[in-house]
This record gives sequence, C-alpha cells and structure tokens, in this order.
Amino acid sequence: MLATTIIYGFAGICLFVLGLRGVLLHTTALARILALNVCGAGVFLLFVVLAYRGAGMTPDPVPHALVLTGIVVAVSATALALALARRLREIDHD
Amino acid sequence: MSELLWVLFDLVLAGLTVGLAWVAVATRELRRGVLLFVGLGLLLAVIWARLRAPDLALAEAAIGAGIAGALLIAALRDEIGVSAEPEDGYTASRRLVDLGAIGLLLALSWGLLDAFLLSDGVRLAEGVAERLGESGVINPVTAVLLNFRAYDTLLELAVVFAAVLGVLSVGPARPALEAGSLVLTGLVRWLVPILVVVAGYLLWVGAHAPGGAFQAGAMLAAVAVLLRLGGVAHAGLPGTAATRWLLVLGIGVFVIVGLSVMFADRAFLQYPGDIAGVLILVIEIAATLSIATALALAYLGGRPVGWEADCDSPQHRVNRGAADRGGDA
Repeated sequence: MLATTIIYGFAGICLFVLGLRGVLLHTTALARILALNVCGAGVFLLFVVLAYRGAGMTPDPVPHALVLTGIVVAVSATALALALARRLREIDHD
Repeated sequence: MSELLWVLFDLVLAGLTVGLAWVAVATRELRRGVLLFVGLGLLLAVIWARLRAPDLALAEAAIGAGIAGALLIAALRDEIGVSAEPEDGYTASRRLVDLGAIGLLLALSWGLLDAFLLSDGVRLAEGVAERLGESGVINPVTAVLLNFRAYDTLLELAVVFAAVLGVLSVGPARPALEAGSLVLTGLVRWLVPILVVVAGYLLWVGAHAPGGAFQAGAMLAAVAVLLRLGGVAHAGLPGTAATRWLLVLGIGVFVIVGLSVMFADRAFLQYPGDIAGVLILVIEIAATLSIATALALAYLGGRPVGWEADCDSPQHRVNRGAADRGGDA
C-alpha cells in the first residue's frame, strides 16, 4: 500500500464530505451547486487513486475513462442546474 | 530521500486541495467561493498529472476549472445583491450535519483502508492492455472510451444533449455583453485561432497520446466563451438550423457507425479491427463538434437570439395573444 494512495484517497474522502456538508447547510442555489461540484471532485479523486499503481507502473485506464465521462456529465448537470436556478429566481421576482 | 520528498509533495498538494475546498464551500461570499472553486479545479489538474492521468489533467483544466468556472462566474452576475446568506438560526441542525459528516468521514476512511488492504480484486487494466492492439488506437483511455466501453460514451453524449435541451427549454439566453475594450478584443483575436488549432491537435493526438474529443470540444467551447466575453453575441455559433444539427451530430454519427458495423455481422458498436482507428476518429470529430456546441449553448444559459421565432408555433402565438388581451381587459 502506497503512501500516495493513502494521502490522496483521504483527500478525496475529505472533499466528498466537505461538499456534502456544503450541500446540506447552504441556502443559496449557487452555493449548493458549487458544493455539489466539490462533492463530485472527491468521488473523481477516489476513482483516480484506485487506478494509480505506483511511480513506475501504468495506471488502470478504465477508471480514467469513467472519470473523464464524469467530468463532462458534471459540467452539463451544473449548466442545467444553473439555468433552472436562474429561472426560479426570475419567477420569484415576477 | 527522493521518496520522502514525494510524500512531502503529496501532503502539501493534498492539504492545499482540501483547504481550498473547505474555504470555497464554507465561505459566505459567493464570489470568493466561485473563484476558489476555479483554483481548486487547477489543483485537481495537478493531482491528476501526479497520479499519472494526463488525459484527466487536460480535461479538468479545460472543463472542470475552465468551462465550469465560466458557467459559475456567469451565474454569479445574476446573483449580484443576494450574495450574503441569512444568518442561520439552525445551530442544532448544523451540529447534527457536522456530526454526520464526521461519522461519514470515519466510515469512508475505514472503507478505503479496507479496500486497499484487500486490493487483489479483479482489475480491468490487464484486459485493456491485452486487447489494446485490436482497438485501433494506442492511447488506452481513448480505447476504453470509444471502443471497449463505447456504450458509456454514447450514453454520456445523450446525457449532455438532454442537459442542453433542458437549458434551452427554461428560457432565453443571457443578454450579450457590450463589446470589450481594445485590449480584450485584441486578445480574443489572437487567442481564438490558437485555441482552434489546439483543439484540432488535441482531437488528432487523442489516438496515441493524452487528448481526445472531450478535451478538444472543451477547447472549442472556450473559444465560444472568449468570443462572448469579447462582445460577440452569437459566440461563434452558426445559424439556428446549423447549431441544431451540430448539437445532434455526435450522437447521430455514433449511432450510425454503431449500426452500420452490424451489417458486417458484428454487435452494435463492435468495430472491425482494421478500420477501427478511422471509425473512432470519425466519431471523435463529430463528438467534438457536438460537445463544443453543447457547452457553448450551456454558457449562453438559454435559447440564443433568433431561436424564439422558430420555437413558437402559430398555435402558441395565438394562445399568447389571447392571454395578452385577457391581461389588458
């Protein structure tokens, strides 16, 4: 077991928990969407840590492909969430 | 000695990342949170490079930090005046959430240690390395994305498409910015051609080195963001009909390729080995254009100017007219 995996693995868990806490505690939509993205970043970090095998070894490409997919899906979901939040505010102002 | 230095580097990088995430999430000032989030994306890109995932480092810097940052900053503009959160009177629930978070942290850490101690599970990496020769590309990540797990990528394009349809359906785009200063316009004029070339390079190089459709698509979307910031209202998108075609091009070409290999007695998306490289490149070109269009429309935040006219059917207009008259009376 590598020190690198432990360090980044723990960092990934911290990001996930911090993000989740933010989602639960914030009241503004934008702050929640941001926190959700931090939460997702933690999951991505865990995936990449699981793929890592050490300095001289080729990492596992399958989790990398999944995370790449995840990054693009996360940004699309963020865009949709932001558009919905904007619409909600417009309705509130009317 | 050098090993110890690496551990130190890892500790500093991981610590910085977690610290930045903490402040970004905990701050009451939205603007600060968003800017720190962009910084967090860049730190993550460094971590991906450190963990030998250069494809992800490129994608994170371009999409996770770049496009997501641009989206959030654009959204920030709508929030002017609402930045401060109300002082919370929910101390009890805050404590409860904190307690739950600590519990979750401990449980996940234990799970992670457990998973690493029993790490002799099945790995798909060997299978990928074994069959890489048949995939038509040399970059294993591209091979997984567009050949071995092409289904995932096809569905992902569908998810992106659905998300953009959602964005388009909730309302019109944000009003365009005024034309920027001379310096900004000049910068845009210099950067746009360079970015287009970089996107083409990333698309081509994805077959045998880090890069590919997603990174290239994000680069092109960055062009749209830059143009928009420089005061170009349509952000470089073509006319309404062409934009719609571009939006469905990726999924369309992907499905057509997937179906046409079935004529050669193969499964859906099971490319013949000798032309797999060409098919993957064709799909990637189409996917790049679609992803770029989707992200650009997402940045506009709704239907661009000119879409309204086509969207409203005559029936709609009649209904709206009736509603207006009702309002007057």
